Amino acid sequence: MDALTAHSSILAIAIPLFAAFLTPLVGKLGARTRNVFVVVVLAFVEFLVLVLARDIYANGIHLYTLGAVSPSLAIPEHYMVPVRIVLEVDGLGVFMGIISATVALAGAIYSISCMKHETGQDRFYTLLLLLTVGMLGIQFTGDLFNLFVFLEILSISGAALAAFRTRFIDAVEGGFKYLIVSTVAALMVLLATGLFYGQYNLLNIAAIADVMQYTALDKIALALLIVALLTKSGGVPSHWWVPDTYTPAPAGTSPMIYAATLACMSTMFRVAFTLYGVKMSVATIGWLIIIAGLLSMFVGVTMALRQTDVKRLMAYHVISQGGYMLLGVGVGIAVLGDPQALAAYGREAVAGGLFHVMNHAFFKGLLLLTGEALFFRLGTRNLNRMGGMGRNMKWTCAFFLIGALAISGVPPLNGFASKLMIYEASYQLNPMLTIIAMMVSIMTLASFTKVFQSAFTGPELPEYKEVREVPLSMKLGMGILAGATLFISLFPSLVVNTIVYPAADALLNQAGYIGAVMGGG
Amino acid sequence: MSKIVRTVAKLLTPAILLFGLYVIMHGHITPGGGFQGGAVFASGVALLIVAFGAGRVEQFLKEHQLSMLESGGGLLFIGLAFAGLATAFFYNFLVGSPIFGHVPAFGPNPGDIWTGGTIPLMNVAVGMKVIAGLSAIVLVMALASSKQGEDE
Repeated sequence: MDALTAHSSILAIAIPLFAAFLTPLVGKLGARTRNVFVVVVLAFVEFLVLVLARDIYANGIHLYTLGAVSPSLAIPEHYMVPVRIVLEVDGLGVFMGIISATVALAGAIYSISCMKHETGQDRFYTLLLLLTVGMLGIQFTGDLFNLFVFLEILSISGAALAAFRTRFIDAVEGGFKYLIVSTVAALMVLLATGLFYGQYNLLNIAAIADVMQYTALDKIALALLIVALLTKSGGVPSHWWVPDTYTPAPAGTSPMIYAATLACMSTMFRVAFTLYGVKMSVATIGWLIIIAGLLSMFVGVTMALRQTDVKRLMAYHVISQGGYMLLGVGVGIAVLGDPQALAAYGREAVAGGLFHVMNHAFFKGLLLLTGEALFFRLGTRNLNRMGGMGRNMKWTCAFFLIGALAISGVPPLNGFASKLMIYEASYQLNPMLTIIAMMVSIMTLASFTKVFQSAFTGPELPEYKEVREVPLSMKLGMGILAGATLFISLFPSLVVNTIVYPAADALLNQAGYIGAVMGGG
Repeated sequence: MSKIVRTVAKLLTPAILLFGLYVIMHGHITPGGGFQGGAVFASGVALLIVAFGAGRVEQFLKEHQLSMLESGGGLLFIGLAFAGLATAFFYNFLVGSPIFGHVPAFGPNPGDIWTGGTIPLMNVAVGMKVIAGLSAIVLVMALASSKQGEDE
């Protein structure tokens, strides 16, 4: 068990990578064997992440040096390279890891029945596992260049998955847009990495943060990183790819692409808090992120209101709810230089933003899955052509209600808990922020009322008389995310204290992150 | 293609393929490595396709074989990384062993290929993956475009 704990971080990345290459070979043994194999692998990854979490909450930051005699030997002796390639997992990394692994597991289980009649399933599951690798890798790595590599893995597999059902023209368009956006963003990250490497001869995040001078080149790198990662996390003004990519993504992959989007957002937080910290002009960057958040909220929700495609509507809410996370964490960044304000409400704002990341990964994942379930059974995503599905698809209807109430912030569901934390904290910075956020929340409720009313209520439509409930594996996939949502709703303080505050504190504790690698911290 | 192109391709292809394999095998002591050598090798395949047409090349180079080779390369690479797990992931456990295990003395030397531990083997794995992947891409694109030509 000790050995497993020591290697858990790398195994969580390496095992799905190994399994991804093995999937085409396992696929030769039959579809059933392959499906079981993929689900077992992802369940094991979830287990590894939980083992890692237990270690981190007990012993602090988990450091793993690749290829070293001992996992803690990050700084080599008699060796040209100043810092070796490391994985550094702190409270934030493992928090995002739990989210990614859970969503991946639910998405894979959901996909089994949903993809049954599609061709090229071996490739589908290979890509699905690679996407998991990218999501976990980007969270766990302590090295900027590896971050770029994992970003590429995440982007390419995500784009291929979004375009998977090539018989739909919008799938090809969505995948292509995602590919272009991701490539441009990844190259910006690479350029920023090059700027650091040229100046400091370092690639390790902690080591760069340690010697950061905040020169003009560093400012350019900061702008590149923030813009690239804001684009990847679907914030306004670079949100336009989100609806096109999420709408056609097949089966259980739209929640996974969403988790990947959140992984990029948390990487942006990592850059702001850990790589730069108080050395940058925190008020400017903080307010920029707050404004991007407010715009995302408002633009996302107003665009969502007028959609008639059920998944497209949900995709616009991805942008809108992403704004809450940006707002919460942005407030934290804005007061980073002021210890008093930070203690009074900054920490809570960051925790609220991160709590919303977790909640939203689960309930928006659930909603995207119910949208896909409607498409699976009805063959259309157009809300105007649906009706009365609450009769035939009772489970889907129930899951949708849980998700819709949670996303609208209706108490006692978890969306309310995290939004309340953001409201309370942002009110102390500027009351206008809270007013806009609450208004957006009401508009969210309005648009989901519309979906519920058009899809699930109303008289039975003759053309959908024969429609049945979705198969077991799809119910199970939705059930995992609904269960997670309800669990957080029932025990919000337990979840917040156990995993959300450690994640927020990990962001605020820059010295701890540096010290774990450089020593003396 | 014309007879000139085909004759030259016949002469050059073995040399290109051999050079690709050389770059892969010497990746740990000279510039190059798995990716570069694999790309050189795949360019030899591309030359064959240009000279003789995708249809003839496809007779002895099937797409599913290439995808098996590609998966095999990936598995070998990660397998080697896993093999060091007793110490650490990616640990170079072959240093000092009979396979690629020489530890050269400090300072310049004429180049001992029998060094590097797992690194040359990983180059081979990457080389397999790149040879298979790039050849498959070139082949599939050539086949698709030649079929398109028939339609018109």
